[in-house]
Amino acid sequence: MSPLGAAKQEKESESPDTPGPSSAGVRSRSLGDRFFRGLTGFFAALVLLSVLGMLVTLLAGSWPALKTFGLRFLASKEWNPVTEQFGALAPLYGTVITSVIALLVGVPVSFGIALVITELAPRWLKRPIGVAIELLAAVPSIIYGMWGLFVFAPVFAAHLQPWLTNHLGSWPILGLLFEGPPMGIGMLTAGLILAIMIIPFMAAVMRDVFETVPATLRESAYALGCTTWEVVWRVVLPYTRVGVIGGVMLGLGRALGETMAVTFVIGNAHDVHLSLFMAGNTISSTLANEFTEAVTPLYTSSLLALGLVLFVLTLIVLIAARLMLMKMRAREGERT
Amino acid sequence: MRMIDPRFRRLVIAGVGMTLVGKVALAGDANTISGAGATFPYPVYSKWADTYAKQTHVKLNYQAIGSGGGIKQITEGTVDFGASDAPLKPEELDKASLIQFPVVMGGVVPVINVPGVKAGEVKLAPDMLADMFMGKIKKWNDPRLTQSNPGVKLPDTAVTVVHRSDGSGTTWIFTNYLAKVSPEWSKLVGSDKSVAWPTGVGGKGNQGVASYVQRISGAIGYVESAYASQNKMSHAKLKNHDGKFVDPSDDSVQAAANGADWKNARSFYMVLTDQPGADAWPITGASFVLVHRQQKDADTGRAVLRFFDWGYRNGGPAAKELGYIPMPTAVVDQVEKAWEKDLTNSGGQKLWPANKQAGK
Repeated sequence: MSPLGAAKQEKESESPDTPGPSSAGVRSRSLGDRFFRGLTGFFAALVLLSVLGMLVTLLAGSWPALKTFGLRFLASKEWNPVTEQFGALAPLYGTVITSVIALLVGVPVSFGIALVITELAPRWLKRPIGVAIELLAAVPSIIYGMWGLFVFAPVFAAHLQPWLTNHLGSWPILGLLFEGPPMGIGMLTAGLILAIMIIPFMAAVMRDVFETVPATLRESAYALGCTTWEVVWRVVLPYTRVGVIGGVMLGLGRALGETMAVTFVIGNAHDVHLSLFMAGNTISSTLANEFTEAVTPLYTSSLLALGLVLFVLTLIVLIAARLMLMKMRAREGERT
Repeated sequence: MRMIDPRFRRLVIAGVGMTLVGKVALAGDANTISGAGATFPYPVYSKWADTYAKQTHVKLNYQAIGSGGGIKQITEGTVDFGASDAPLKPEELDKASLIQFPVVMGGVVPVINVPGVKAGEVKLAPDMLADMFMGKIKKWNDPRLTQSNPGVKLPDTAVTVVHRSDGSGTTWIFTNYLAKVSPEWSKLVGSDKSVAWPTGVGGKGNQGVASYVQRISGAIGYVESAYASQNKMSHAKLKNHDGKFVDPSDDSVQAAANGADWKNARSFYMVLTDQPGADAWPITGASFVLVHRQQKDADTGRAVLRFFDWGYRNGGPAAKELGYIPMPTAVVDQVEKAWEKDLTNSGGQKLWPANKQAGK
């Protein structure tokens, strides 16, 4: 009997007037089961395979560059297509700094948004804010880039940057971050645009996980006389910790890999500056900028090696997040 | 055959039939030619292709993937022609068994944003332009600039260099010029489609450079001449090879091509920067097309040549409208002589002139 016929039979056997499953039904269910299990297993294996494939392709492609430059590739900030000297330091630095800025600004804001939606806002307001967040998450990144360049950068250059230089520029150490001409474009602008881009993602995830907290937990805390802040900090957040960190990682992943929006506002200079007002570069914007015209094998290979660096960076971030979660769980174990 | 649904059978037959017709059309006469490469000439190629298809029913499929990609694809033979904004050296052409010819020209223009200074008011000598892009002239009221610009009120504003962040033929032409006029630039930076810029910020595409220049007070950047004139950006005058200050225009770009010594340029390896001529615009470049010397498919090879022949003879006005400068007739004649001399089919027969062999 074909599997299709078996399925039909199974349906019949499950109709209410047949008493218990027939032997054919059992066999077919296990067959369908096995088929389903195989199919989903195949899909899951596809994920692993594509990651592995990516890694192999990147390794093979970047091999000439890695062989030529060795570890110097990571430490050198030189990027000279004419003399074919390539180093990943400038784009790596830019990627990390812009993502850190994006998280520093984005995480508290999205936490606040999720808090308002789940705990503070009146019922009629929750839905509109939620929909607005989801709409923002669906805006293509190039729109954010153009908005950043044409709207945000001029305002930033005219008002915010001079203010930052005047008020923070004279501070020791911190002042170094806000030196330089107010151009409106640069690493700080890129970081802020990234923050705006990842806020909807993180806020949406945080809202969803905050809503998974059982009402009984929340209400008992309130009944014990906790303030809203105490409920959130002591009950909601510990309960949803894994989900919140997952949301932050999703945001970080987007920030690390974002290409077009950053390319528009970062200034695309292969240089390492302490000042956040200066132009920089990120790995993905370097790739977007230079891949089409990279003719020589070493140049192409160096760009692929940059891709490999980004791949490894993302891997490190994910592992670090896992370790952090494990440590938190262990500490909790000690406490109770 | 009873078991097969008749509708399905009809579909299969139609499908096979269509495949056969498609194959025949492809092999019999080259109805489609494909090219890939430089983005700079893309608007003019697609405009030509549009008109040409209406007249001859030959379609052009051109992918503007960048000069580097174009060179790769023609070398691997996946397209019928490649296009590059920078000429290949004769040795490189020999190695890949290709020939190249120039199709259209354009200028590259330094554009500025200096408060209180109008378009064309600032005059720059080549060494000043190089030193500004080197980061050595840091202020607009630098003594060297004020001395060469009496009567122009140059402010005490910092010079911010804006360059292309993406690899580009425009950058190749611009840095080629700087390397020609400044030994220091040639030694420290060199010329390529993207270089290690000593200073400044990078914008993606002409558009990116233009918006950065308009955004930053005291900025100087470079864009294609067509782009500068369409967007009414203020340019700087440049001192050319003959020591005259010129504005970028159709005529001054054409003058640069007229002054060039095409006759002695082997394989059309000719860079139009810093050419002699009283009116010549110093930063001019041509866009090149690459084809294989030996065409496996002679019909397609001829179709490519016919398209560019048509473009040379009838495409001038359309090119000018889009801001490109057509090649002078003398150069076109030289190009077609080269086709006749260098291009053959796999049997060693000449491909050009096309009308002799082809029935069309």
